[in-house]
Amino acid sequence: MERLHDIPLPDFSVDDPASSDGIVLQGLTKTFQDRKVLDGLDFTINRGETVVIIGRSGEGKSVLLKHIVRLLTPEMGHVWIDGEEITDMGKRNLFEVRKRFGMLFQGAALFDSLTICENVGLGLKWQGGLSEEEIHERACTCLAQVGLSQVEDKLPSQLSGGMKKRAGLARAIAMQPDYILYDEPTTGLDPITSDAINDLILQLQSELNVTSIVVTHDMASAFKVADRLAMISTGKIIYAASVDETRDTDHPMVRQFIDGSAQGPLDVF
Amino acid sequence: MTNILTGIGTFSLNALQNAGRGSMLLLDIVMQMPQMWRMRKEISNQMHIVAVGSMPLIITTSIFVGAVTAVQAVYQMQAYVPMKFLGTVISKSVFIELGPVLVALVVGGRLCANYAAELGTMKVTEQIDALEMLAIDPMRHLAMPRFVATFLMMPIITIFADAIAIFSGYLVSIGTMDVTASTFKEGLLAFFEMKDLLSGLIKAFFFGAIIAMSGLFFGLNTRGGAEGVGNATMMAVVGSCVSVLVADYFLATILFQIIFGD
Ligand SMILES: Nc1ncnc2c1ncn2[C@@H]1O[C@H](COP(=O)(O)OP(=O)(O)OP(=O)(O)O)[C@@H](O)[C@H]1O
Ligand SMILES: [Mg+2]
Repeated sequence: MERLHDIPLPDFSVDDPASSDGIVLQGLTKTFQDRKVLDGLDFTINRGETVVIIGRSGEGKSVLLKHIVRLLTPEMGHVWIDGEEITDMGKRNLFEVRKRFGMLFQGAALFDSLTICENVGLGLKWQGGLSEEEIHERACTCLAQVGLSQVEDKLPSQLSGGMKKRAGLARAIAMQPDYILYDEPTTGLDPITSDAINDLILQLQSELNVTSIVVTHDMASAFKVADRLAMISTGKIIYAASVDETRDTDHPMVRQFIDGSAQGPLDVF
Repeated sequence: MTNILTGIGTFSLNALQNAGRGSMLLLDIVMQMPQMWRMRKEISNQMHIVAVGSMPLIITTSIFVGAVTAVQAVYQMQAYVPMKFLGTVISKSVFIELGPVLVALVVGGRLCANYAAELGTMKVTEQIDALEMLAIDPMRHLAMPRFVATFLMMPIITIFADAIAIFSGYLVSIGTMDVTASTFKEGLLAFFEMKDLLSGLIKAFFFGAIIAMSGLFFGLNTRGGAEGVGNATMMAVVGSCVSVLVADYFLATILFQIIFGD
């Protein structure tokens, strides 16, 4: 077997990040307590593509997503969104950048004191310009897109785990963002609903040209929605290639991951 | 020995760091104040929670504070001071000290626990992050309304508590002790000074700010899960009570030796 450190890391260098569209990450480093979760991570995501990020639990996928919208700030490194560097941007500009993003949190993160409809419509309400009826209507449309109906007036605590996840997804798409970050969109959903969510992700991309980053452990979903697959390990993106290339890749770690095998270069525990 | 020194060092560093972060939070909140009109609905919601929600607590506490002040005053004055000063003693202690401080301790405990637990839970369940992602500033929508509501309502609650406490002191004095209603009223009115009431209200404003800051600071800096929320709530209540008592001393010094001093 090839030794792991002999496999070259993919090269994501960008000549001029300030004039390139999409998301450019350079040298992101983040330490929690003593653990370097991100260790000089480089990656680029082009406008309009869907990138699926896979990796072991605890490798820092959620942390990576949060860095893209500066819910976490890196100790070192840069994040460019459509040519704007956001790591030391002021609050007002940062909110302008975030308005172009929708995010589905791993734990849904619904506002537990608001009804589902209010949850989905909250961003629209404070953005202004829409009447209450219009907001309600838009919220219901988004809920219908994720297959939820008749739950508008329920509180999040009255929903099942999978329903919460979908309500969170409805909230993420309600503002019609250019970018959507999905943190495990199909985890905890039945296979039929999962597939409907996959279709929704594809539909958003083809109809609205949404750029998506999907973190998932669900390989069927990954192969269905992705244009490109990337793998995170030891704080870096160690692999990135198109779906077809990935299907018969001989990169040992990726191979082991997509085959779901306990034997291979990745330690089980 | 080195252990103790490291302990003291870490403690002071933490305290300094928290003071710095607390000031940043206060600055953030003050910067949101121009948005008060836009957030009026949320502010009035919070005022309702602060004032109306605290009423049963305030009424009960004030009745007994007034009553015990009367009993203690009578005991301490017996034989030395004529009873015509009873109303004076009770009203002055209530206006200057007991009203504002006890309100700050009981209402502060209630509000700090409320703010810290609510915001702490929102923090650990990523609801605060979710707000940020909808371009909704938690400082504007969560912190500022709570701060403004507490700051504005504390003096009002304090006046209310003062009135109840003095009335209860009056009832206890004439009902269970050898003092007539007219003697009590005479003493109350003869030495009433506006600066007593005013100093109490100035204290109440400061205490309101301390309470809100403590609840918000520990709430917004919550880490971990249920344990983190519990910890934040505890720290907020303890921090608020201790800070109120410390600030009380400094405010008393400033108010009575400098501003109202002769
Ligand atoms: N706020 C935080 N404070 C301290 N450590 C954190 C924090 N957030 C994440 N971590 C740590 O960072 C590491 C990566 O976490 P992350 O949530 O990104 O994992 P993940 O790849 O999303 O895993 P999963 O697939 O299970 O969701 C973990 O070891 C975690 O303990
Ligand atoms: Mg995760």
